[in-house]
Amino acid sequence: MIELRDVHKAFGANRVLRGVNLTIGSGTSVVIIGGSGTGKSVALKCILGLVTPDSGTILLDGQDVTRGDRDAFLARFGMLFQGGALFDSLPVWQNVAFRLLRGSLKRPLTEAREIAIEKLRRVGLKPDVADKFPAELSGGMQKRVGLARAIAAEPEIIFFDEPTTGLDPIMSGVINELIREIVVEMGATAVTITHDMRSVRAIADNVAMLHDGVIQWTGPVAEMDNSGDPYLDQFIHGRAEGPIEAVR
Amino acid sequence: MSFILSFLAAIGRSTLAWLAGMGRFAIFAGETVSHLARPPFYMREFLHALVQIGWLSLPVVGMTALFTGGALALQIYAGGARFNAETVVPSIVAIGLTRELGPVLGGLMVAARVASSIAAEIGTMKVTEQIDALTTLSTNPMKYLTLPRVLAATLAVPVLVGVGDVIGIMGGFLVGVTRLDFGAGTYLKTTLDFLETWDVVSGLIKGAVFGFIVALMGCYHGMNSGRGAQGVGGATKTAVVAASVLILAANYVLTEVFFST
Repeated sequence: MIELRDVHKAFGANRVLRGVNLTIGSGTSVVIIGGSGTGKSVALKCILGLVTPDSGTILLDGQDVTRGDRDAFLARFGMLFQGGALFDSLPVWQNVAFRLLRGSLKRPLTEAREIAIEKLRRVGLKPDVADKFPAELSGGMQKRVGLARAIAAEPEIIFFDEPTTGLDPIMSGVINELIREIVVEMGATAVTITHDMRSVRAIADNVAMLHDGVIQWTGPVAEMDNSGDPYLDQFIHGRAEGPIEAVR
Repeated sequence: MSFILSFLAAIGRSTLAWLAGMGRFAIFAGETVSHLARPPFYMREFLHALVQIGWLSLPVVGMTALFTGGALALQIYAGGARFNAETVVPSIVAIGLTRELGPVLGGLMVAARVASSIAAEIGTMKVTEQIDALTTLSTNPMKYLTLPRVLAATLAVPVLVGVGDVIGIMGGFLVGVTRLDFGAGTYLKTTLDFLETWDVVSGLIKGAVFGFIVALMGCYHGMNSGRGAQGVGGATKTAVVAASVLILAANYVLTEVFFST
């Protein structure tokens, strides 16, 4: 279980997180929604320690994430970045097997390659993609490779940062389905950031809306449409009129 | 009065920002060196950096040394003729190249080629979240990106300087023999007679320091790159300028330390 307790983070005068409280249960799929620039990515990066919160506590299974063995902590996570964040200088299979080629999870080269090809197959890519470089792939294929890399070491917790941004509707649907299938299949805890409502309905067990630096609303996805929260209503229906200022 | 106060406040802010920048850079340099003693060491990355920084810089450093050696021979001959001292050409070319021009010009050429490419590569990795991805994959970016490049440059640039010294002396030799009527044997004998081991070794030490500066500036500015294409462009430019200025400053300090009496 991941818990964020009163997490604050500011960049200069810009107070991005102003007291975020959120609990993510083990084995559940939580989608964090909110407008651009509301701090969704910052919240995820705070959990991973890529950004240090100004105050507040983040707990993983009751343990403060800033304490303990950092390698062991990170080994529990996989992450799909918004732009894929694939390493340009490495072929696809080495991107996927990156974690299996070094560090505590190191495997023999041939075994790591086999696992990479199997994970590529799992996300719908053929083995011949393995020896290509990321620059040779389309945006959708890069997302799939990023997804394969996120699941390669079979992590307990997977973060998805805007998994469908920049993809056409069909490819978005494919990625959404893949994420849902993989999360269910692995029994992993999933946290997804998106403002694509199709993704929310396809992926989420629970939804949390981040607005003005705090969690504005949280609850099961089934209750989202009848929440009675004017902020959430405006966001999920994409209305220009409402309590959220359209120009930010 | 308020104008003076704002002026002083602006100076104070700039000074504090400069000191903070120096502090960040010092911490970055210290952290890089400290990783030498802490495993893991990424050998493949190191060997790759060695090829990129050392082997692939050979043509540009070699060409620079060749033409510099030739031009130096012509200049010293012309200057020496004013004092009837044309015969000093071989020894001055050798000493000038090994002590000063070899390491400094080699360092500056490597700065132009390597600091820019390191800063642009790491800066792009930063803005495309590849550095964050490394961290989430349990890989320390300082160990994986910075240390191999800094170590490779520190070891490769002295070798480049050594090769550059030989090629530069060869450039002087070719001009001396073909244009200035020196005998081939006499030119080489004079070069070897007057050249001391310390002339060469001091240049190689300078090369190691310049290599360290070049790679460190490339990595530091890449890691601290701003967002977008403009941020990466700015980081690349700053890395080359800072590396070049630091090379020239370090050259003066090292020359004082090595040769002042």
